[in-house]
Amino acid sequence: MTSPDTPTPSAAGASASGGAVRRPTGTTFTRWLGAAALVGMAWLVLFGLVLSPDDALQKKGVRILYIHVPSAWLAYLAFIVTGVSSAAYLYKRTRSLIWDRIAGASAEVGVLFMGIALVTGSLWGRISWGTYWTWDSRLTTTAFLFITYIGYLAVRGLGGSHHQRARRSAVLALLAVLEVPLVHFSVRWWRPLHQQESVAEGKLDDLMLFSLFVGIVSFTLLYVWLVLHRQRVLSMADAVDDKGLDGALAARRAEQEVSS
Amino acid sequence: MTLVAVARLVAAKDLRIEWRSRVVLNQVMPFAALVMILFAFALDNDAALTRVAPGLVWLAALFSMLVVVQRSFAVEAADGALDALRVAGVRSDGIFLGKSAALALQLAVLEAVLLLAAVVLYQVDIGAGSIPLLLVTFVAATLGLSFVGTLYGGLASGASGRETLLPLLMLPVVAPVLIGATRATEAALGTNGASSSEGWPWVGLMVLFGVLFGAGGTLAFGSLVDE
Repeated sequence: MTSPDTPTPSAAGASASGGAVRRPTGTTFTRWLGAAALVGMAWLVLFGLVLSPDDALQKKGVRILYIHVPSAWLAYLAFIVTGVSSAAYLYKRTRSLIWDRIAGASAEVGVLFMGIALVTGSLWGRISWGTYWTWDSRLTTTAFLFITYIGYLAVRGLGGSHHQRARRSAVLALLAVLEVPLVHFSVRWWRPLHQQESVAEGKLDDLMLFSLFVGIVSFTLLYVWLVLHRQRVLSMADAVDDKGLDGALAARRAEQEVSS
Repeated sequence: MTLVAVARLVAAKDLRIEWRSRVVLNQVMPFAALVMILFAFALDNDAALTRVAPGLVWLAALFSMLVVVQRSFAVEAADGALDALRVAGVRSDGIFLGKSAALALQLAVLEAVLLLAAVVLYQVDIGAGSIPLLLVTFVAATLGLSFVGTLYGGLASGASGRETLLPLLMLPVVAPVLIGATRATEAALGTNGASSSEGWPWVGLMVLFGVLFGAGGTLAFGSLVDE
């Protein structure tokens, strides 16, 4: 993001062969965004580790929440974005590969943050509930979502043309949207007697809430930054694919001309 | 041709292949029985086995189903048969419904054998009063499973290296059926003192699941298998 080159809006006309032209994925906007995310992270460290007080019950354990809650929020946001972009791709009037790339980039970032949310959540659970895991519907649904989107990313890697990949993965993402509520409700029915853990609820003081808020804002900035960059990298990878095919065709034609 | 006619032809084709090759009968059923025996080794307790028998029946059904689904699409992938069907202009929703129907029939036989194995191996008692709920549960669960199996089986067939995707894609989706079918079977059999009235809401969930994935699969199948 600190590359000195002037950004080019389109990646379709990649550099001519030979010259090592650098094509940064950053633009002025994403540079500001990245800087803002960095500042937000510094604030989060300051508020989360230094300024906010210990919790009466959880002591220092409460500080995990400043990472856990923003990660979980982002993970869900990311999957909503994936679902919406997939629908936008499938809808004929808005069909464009950019939706497919946003869906893919968002799912990748979402899987990362969901992994962080699950790990920090179980560490926090160990501290405040005394157990790494409970069969709570929210936890179980999150774990299912995590695995479902790992599968989604695997399907994205199956190959085929760009539009094949886009259609296949968009349909799969919408099927996941169908699946997740069903899993959620069936797990809730499955263990109806389980009480929602309420240790953390209602006892946050203002500084804690503010730290949480800082975390959510700066993680969201980071998410947007990551998705924009990843989306541009994916678009370049697609362009390289296309170019590779064109190059192979041209080479084969040249061969034919020589032999004839 | 109408949707139903296409579906019936495709289903008949799949069942004829099974009738002549007997792969499910000679390979998958012994595998399913083996899984039931292995569960007994792992749990090593008669009382525990009887208590968790409904869950084990459905877990074994899921594992065996993976093999049946793979088989169902292996016969299509072998000579590019699925592509040939599509090129010939056979409607993909008809293929989906036909393959689902054939899969459902094979699964139903498999599940009946698994239930029988539970009666013999795990000392499960089936009273006459439990039969209606049991029957409805098996039908509802089988429908949902076969729709999802066909949908994701189609996606995970074709090019090499995709077969390993099937369990990863399919098992999370059918988790509600595993929960629902297990609970409804427990209710039907009276396991852990469950009463049969507790089973009907679960049947409702499975019917909803079947309807959603039946409709979703009919719409989506063409996009997922399109090469």
